[in-house]
Amino acid sequence: MSGKPVLHYVSVRGRMEPVKWLLAAAGVEFEERFLETKEDLQKLRADGCLLFQQVPMVEIDGMKLVQTRAILNYIAGKYNLYGKDLKERALIDMYVEGMADLYDIIMNHDFKPANEKEKDLANIMDKATNRYLPVFEKVLKDHGHDFLVGNKLSRADVNLLETILMVEEFKPDALAKFPLLQSFKARISNTPNIKKFLQPGSQRKPPLQEKDIPSLMAIFH
Amino acid sequence: MSGKPVLHYANIRGRMEPIRWLLAAAGVEFEERILKTKDDLQKLRTDGCLLFQQVPMVEIDGMKMVQTRAILNYIAGKYNLYGKDLKERALIDMYVEGLADLFELIMYHEFKPANEKEKDLANIMDKATNRYLPVFEKVLKDHGHDFLVGNKLSKADVSLLENILGLEELKPDALAKFPLLQSFKARMSNIPSIKKFLQPGSAKKPLIQEKDIPSVIAIFH
Repeated sequence: MSGKPVLHYVSVRGRMEPVKWLLAAAGVEFEERFLETKEDLQKLRADGCLLFQQVPMVEIDGMKLVQTRAILNYIAGKYNLYGKDLKERALIDMYVEGMADLYDIIMNHDFKPANEKEKDLANIMDKATNRYLPVFEKVLKDHGHDFLVGNKLSRADVNLLETILMVEEFKPDALAKFPLLQSFKARISNTPNIKKFLQPGSQRKPPLQEKDIPSLMAIFH
Repeated sequence: MSGKPVLHYANIRGRMEPIRWLLAAAGVEFEERILKTKDDLQKLRTDGCLLFQQVPMVEIDGMKMVQTRAILNYIAGKYNLYGKDLKERALIDMYVEGLADLFELIMYHEFKPANEKEKDLANIMDKATNRYLPVFEKVLKDHGHDFLVGNKLSKADVSLLENILGLEELKPDALAKFPLLQSFKARMSNIPSIKKFLQPGSAKKPLIQEKDIPSVIAIFH
């Protein structure tokens, strides 16, 4: 055993991608086991590896952790990316949970029927531009620091960068009205661990391709 | 100012109910400001009280906290209901997140149209009986303790009790095959702070009446 965390999921972003971002930002090398067929998922279930019969599952520190937030909370806590006290954690949690709501609609967009996609995309961009991004622009403006909470890199910053990049995949000028988020993006992208994760050949997954959806659905349904 | 937390939400269980449960279990008195109309929600928004324009919102310790999980994590951390270390927190988080998935189904069931209720109920009971309840029966069986994690009351126990009672409202014999969960339920219900919350006249909300559904939906849509 290498001692590295082992991530069990399908070969798409889905619910595992934030976990990979956080491990990468923490400078933690990890391995991946990809589920390719329903049998792969069934085997994990039959072997008793999945507490609620679902993935993501991450083997880490002798545990088989499931549930995305439980996994993220553990990694953030272990690698000091979760603030220094309860109040900083409260801010981080609020920011991260807001972004999780946006991430959910972005993630589900791939599975919308063709005739609903345009309306759905408009909704995503409306929420991003009017509900979520302004909050973080204001946070950075109000305190003038480089990071969202406690003047120190936290999971909230990692999450925000991931979110920004996904929104820009839909609309490259998504940050047009948010100058502080633009400099935030440049700054965080340049931190060494994250810069490495953004290079080609890293474990970061590309956006889901429509042709891959049927095989993906076959694994879970 | 009384110094008590103030909960802002509609007069339903919804996403605020787990917060009411946790505060009650911690023995913390709180006040509620009930939103009755869309204007009430709009006022909170224009007053800048809602970080992402949404409720639940809880005024606590000088903060206007939003996002259910952020609020629950803060309360649990403050009142020592979140385990003693990272590994206990990981277990608590896994259990709570699994229960949150079940809770979503139970919460939305109240709002399903009449012609979908039977099928929805069957799905809820299937998931409860085959995916979620067996996990917690086994946890209790394996360690033989009174509480799910660390031999001490935590937010996981509170969440489990809340969900057990929610299931039993839908199907009174939901725990028929789970003897340890039955004794867990009895034991937990007798904890003084929880016993008080289970009395008539407490802040615990009843299931919504069908006649009240339209006015609630009107607040949010």
